Amino acid sequence: MLAMNYRGPQRVRVSQKPMPEILHPQDAILRVTRSCICGSDLHLYNGNVPDTRVGSTFGHEFLGIVEEVGSAVQNVKVGDHLIVPFNIACGHCTFCKQGLFGNCHESNPQATAVGGIFGYSHTAGGYDGGQAEYVRVPYVDVGPVVIPSGMDHDDAVLLTDVFPTGYQAAEMGGIRKGDTVVIFGAGPVGIMAAKSAWLFGAGRVIIVDHIEYRLDFARQYAQCEAYNFRSLGDPVVFFKKTTDGLGADVCIDAVGAEAAGNAMQTILGRKGMLQGGSTTALHWAINSVKKGGIVSIVGVYGPTDALVPIGNVVNKGLTLRANQASVPRLLPKLIDHIMSGRVEPKKIITHRMPLEEVADAYHIFSEKLDGCIKPILIPPAARA
Amino acid sequence: MEARTINETDYAHIPGWGIDADPENDPTYPMKHWTGDDHQRLGWERPPLQPVDVEILKSIEHPRITAVFGTTAPPMGLSGMIRRYAFKYSESHYGHWLPLILADRVGVVEGIIDDLRHGHVPNIFAEKGWKAGWKYNKQGIITKVAVTVAVTAAVVWWLRSKNERRLEA
Repeated sequence: MLAMNYRGPQRVRVSQKPMPEILHPQDAILRVTRSCICGSDLHLYNGNVPDTRVGSTFGHEFLGIVEEVGSAVQNVKVGDHLIVPFNIACGHCTFCKQGLFGNCHESNPQATAVGGIFGYSHTAGGYDGGQAEYVRVPYVDVGPVVIPSGMDHDDAVLLTDVFPTGYQAAEMGGIRKGDTVVIFGAGPVGIMAAKSAWLFGAGRVIIVDHIEYRLDFARQYAQCEAYNFRSLGDPVVFFKKTTDGLGADVCIDAVGAEAAGNAMQTILGRKGMLQGGSTTALHWAINSVKKGGIVSIVGVYGPTDALVPIGNVVNKGLTLRANQASVPRLLPKLIDHIMSGRVEPKKIITHRMPLEEVADAYHIFSEKLDGCIKPILIPPAARA
Repeated sequence: MEARTINETDYAHIPGWGIDADPENDPTYPMKHWTGDDHQRLGWERPPLQPVDVEILKSIEHPRITAVFGTTAPPMGLSGMIRRYAFKYSESHYGHWLPLILADRVGVVEGIIDDLRHGHVPNIFAEKGWKAGWKYNKQGIITKVAVTVAVTAAVVWWLRSKNERRLEA
């Protein structure tokens, strides 16, 4: 089968790989119908996630049709067209039982800090991902759901990660009606966080980035204020001034390890890999939120130490909330938001490319070319 | 592992133990639906176990291998040796992560050697997506090539002049 094949930092290609097999009674094999490239895939693409092995296939946002099921599978059948959450979750462990599907303890032997994630390095379990024609889906009875009748498949594929992650970013912010919410990062997750902040009753939503076309898109799509931090001078001072000197009620870090805006962080975190990523966005979030405020973190960072102003967290009495999105927990609510027409995630898809052009797709997304917000990859059979 | 249950009489000697406990006050709320299962430790009913038929490097913080795992790209070659070394250390230790980063870079070289061994000359330009780069960002590609050529030329010149100085001495 054709599959994306990682060859090293900023080098990927499509090549033939063996078909995936049922390795566990609760597995299914899916024929992928579309997959996305996620902003967090760029951390892998740029070689910033330890234990990203050459030969791996990325992709944790995908839909697929069930081709084969293991002997213990009960809830899905051959032919079902599934939304597959990026979390690989057993449904049995303490964490899954309490809704923390992003923290499953039975899906990743290589690390305890993170559960299994499709196509996200051996640090997240060593699974091949969905940027391929076929993919193995463990615990298929637990997380995946059949695409609801009438749902556009472009909306459905964004329920695997982007919309839930943006939504959970807003949810973790504990937004109260009238709150001012500042979101760092106008990538797909930041844009969905802005859209979601309104669902929680935010009074003012502000998004920050340095890519103008993304700010323009966010203004239109998420009906929010949008600022280029390069034109703000010191962003922290700007946000204090625009909130009566107090700071925002809630700040959301939707950037993670590859934040721009601070030369030292870029050298230490992105170029030198001497810390778990550039923490510029998180630094600004901590310093821009009000005393007693909440900082919600969904930006992905590497596992090593990283510089953040933790003294200000203490002195300001902040609450930090963070997690990988618990997609299966959120799906019923988010499906309802889509089916009722309140949110149309598919509008963020700007590029639809053949799987065979995966290298070009990564380059365009990584370099932010051609107005790219969200690229999706279509395998050959799904184009027929 | 044996499940741990809370017996309130065990804490009877501590005045006021648990008097202000509020299960609703969970910092992970609303992500977590508190059930008390945390105190069952590893006592949950495990799913069936995936047979281990490739080498899996297990975190030393895990008491046991998880019920399922990925089987792609098992450790091999020099990078595999480095990875095995890394897994002697916990996830809390640079001794774990820095060797893994090194192994990833060694793996890139091994990947190129493996390609050549199989008669495949990797098309680095295509793999880097420079076709799209040329279409949408010619200036960026030209700058990258120019910088690469300039840096390479400078290094070659420096090595040559160093060699000549050594010969003259």
